[in-house]
Amino acid sequence: MNILVYLIPISLVLGGVGLLAFVYTVRSDQYDDPKGNANRILNDDWDDKPKQ
Amino acid sequence: MTATARPTLVACPACAAAPSVQPVEIPKGAQLALSLPTIHCSACIAKIERGLNAHPSVESARVNLTLKRAHIVAAPETDVTDMVALVEGLGYEAHELDLAALSATETDKAGRDILMRLAVAGFASMNVMLLSVAVWSGAEDATRDLFHWISAAIALPAIAFAGQPFFRNAWAALSKRSLNMDVPISLAILLAVVTSLWETALSGAHAYFDAALMLTFFLLAGRYLDHRTRAVARSAAEELTALEVPRAFRLVDGEEQEVAVSELGVGDLIRVRPGGRMPVDGEVIEGTSELDRSLLTGETLPILAEVGQAVSAGEVNLTGPLIIRATAVGQDTSLHQMADLVAIAESGRSRYTSLADSAAKLYAPGVHFMSALAFLGWYLYTWDLRTALNIAAAVLIITCPCALGLAVPAVTTAASGRLFRKGLLIKHETALERLATVDTVVFDKTGTLTEGVPKVTNAAEIPPEKFMLAMGLAHGSSHPLAQAIVRTGAALGVEAVKLTDIIETPGYGTTGQWNGQKVMLGRATWTGAPEGQRTATYLKVGDAKPVAFTFSDRLREGAAEAVEALKTSGKEVHLLSGDSEGAVSELAQRLGIERFEAGVLPAGKVSYINDMSDSGAHVLMVGDGLNDTAALAAAQVSISPASALDAARVASDIVLLGNDLAPISQACETAKSATKRIRENFRIATLYNIIAVPLAVAGLATPLIAALAMSTSSITVSLNALRLR
Repeated sequence: MNILVYLIPISLVLGGVGLLAFVYTVRSDQYDDPKGNANRILNDDWDDKPKQ
Repeated sequence: MTATARPTLVACPACAAAPSVQPVEIPKGAQLALSLPTIHCSACIAKIERGLNAHPSVESARVNLTLKRAHIVAAPETDVTDMVALVEGLGYEAHELDLAALSATETDKAGRDILMRLAVAGFASMNVMLLSVAVWSGAEDATRDLFHWISAAIALPAIAFAGQPFFRNAWAALSKRSLNMDVPISLAILLAVVTSLWETALSGAHAYFDAALMLTFFLLAGRYLDHRTRAVARSAAEELTALEVPRAFRLVDGEEQEVAVSELGVGDLIRVRPGGRMPVDGEVIEGTSELDRSLLTGETLPILAEVGQAVSAGEVNLTGPLIIRATAVGQDTSLHQMADLVAIAESGRSRYTSLADSAAKLYAPGVHFMSALAFLGWYLYTWDLRTALNIAAAVLIITCPCALGLAVPAVTTAASGRLFRKGLLIKHETALERLATVDTVVFDKTGTLTEGVPKVTNAAEIPPEKFMLAMGLAHGSSHPLAQAIVRTGAALGVEAVKLTDIIETPGYGTTGQWNGQKVMLGRATWTGAPEGQRTATYLKVGDAKPVAFTFSDRLREGAAEAVEALKTSGKEVHLLSGDSEGAVSELAQRLGIERFEAGVLPAGKVSYINDMSDSGAHVLMVGDGLNDTAALAAAQVSISPASALDAARVASDIVLLGNDLAPISQACETAKSATKRIRENFRIATLYNIIAVPLAVAGLATPLIAALAMSTSSITVSLNALRLR
């Protein structure tokens, strides 16, 4: 049962990372334009280098 | 054109709440918004963004495809009409949006708040469930205690954060000495947490942390669904408002300035161009024209406007330019005074109790009584406070309205989505329930059943050469009746005769010379004809007797079908109009509406509807004008077309987006089946309680049974709601 000492914190940390990632996406308006985002990947304007 | 204060260049009102991804702060920049109804693909986005960003004064432009809008940050003093022209040059339809009207939905703070709490509840319940599964599969002694303590450590802060909306609502209800659904919810969550903590401290076997969290999660999901549905409707409704940019042309020392309507003061001179709407109440001091008052009174016959004539805000100037002196602005205009009438009428609306609230009124006392009874019974039986409290908590958790909380939002979301695709915006949360019980439909005439666009009705009776002359004169005019003559003539294949010396006298008509004779086309009194009841214009050639062209309003698309469908589904259809008797009775006959009233004033419409409601009818009011606004608010439920005045749209529960009226009867059907599903969902939830409550009262419920029952009932209810599609 000693394995629990690692596993429980690991599972909590992984879940917490997921939660934080979600909070970050909400805070940075990433759900404001789902249709636009789906279409923007088809745009090849910034294929070579990222937009500054 | 001077470039003084342009109202649309709002100095960035939402900067503080602006997205944090924008690293550059542009304090002086102007924010503009355009509505782009025709964009649909990635090529559209790229083309418009590239085009806008290439403009020298644009700092950045971003297209939102979901909302079909473009947001532009540009140098101050940028003219928004340039931007519209630029986008139209690229081949897309573009309209200016009033940012002040949009800013309310710019960042949906409430929605984001619920989403955040939902995420926290979801994260916590998943982790606690993981630990609980281990306990249920047989973890014992120290391991079980450890798992319970970790669960408590996750659940306590998570519930303290995620459960706040329920606690707040429950407290608000309790402090007003009433009960709502949130009271049993909050009590169950709190009691579950408290008894579980106590059990954990005493190394007990059963802890309900997972149930408390799951409950919070499911209920928040219901809240979020509910919120999303209304946020979509609200933002679409606000876009309609934002499309009407309130602007006026003020004359200062003979020079014309474009200013926001809110900046106008009493005594200002304002120029209103043909086709423009009166921004304020005032008095005509220069010019002659005709005014269309149909939005205010429902009259289709234009009235003459001369020097000295009083005009009120909302009237549309038809023919000649007018200069008016403002006599009342802002809140004092007749347009705004109508709001008082609306406020009075609205008190009737609040009498309606939603299905969820009436369910809560039955449910909450029942559950609390049962839980208290279980507590007392077990306490008297065992004299053990711990057992009794545990069982009371189990009863509360098992009966907790997980399914009840989802029953209504899941159905309204499905129904609203379905109706949205048909072009109906459900603005109010209980609108569907109220629509379902409707048995009487009251229509307004002008602008609702008719388009407000006239057409010639007696074309066959007019001698061809007279028609040709009339067309020749009408060609040069922008008056709606003249244009109707041109349209009807063109449709009949009539050729226009060329006339010379055509002079338009704003407010009266047009004259011209033909074969040495004077030809006049215009108002009855001007051409020497007797004034009639119907909308008409007269053609006088030389000294001959004037010939009348009569007009009637064109029916709105789907109006006949909608009335027909409503009648076949057994509803009474009424017609209430401010227009003259002749026009109203003709339309009523055409549509087969038996009960109609003409010349009704706004207050008359309200009392008509109140009388019907008092006699037990459930009234749906469909109207668009300012004169309907109070009636819209007084009726049990109301619909207004997108072309309606802003005030009318605000007062109504449902907005019809397209031009077609046919969806109204479909909406009634959908509302009926939605309400049926809601009741069905309540029954499912009750059935599950009937099975689970005896188990809980008997002390046989375990956290596993509670978790299973809770998720099964929630899923059944959601699936049942989806059947609506």
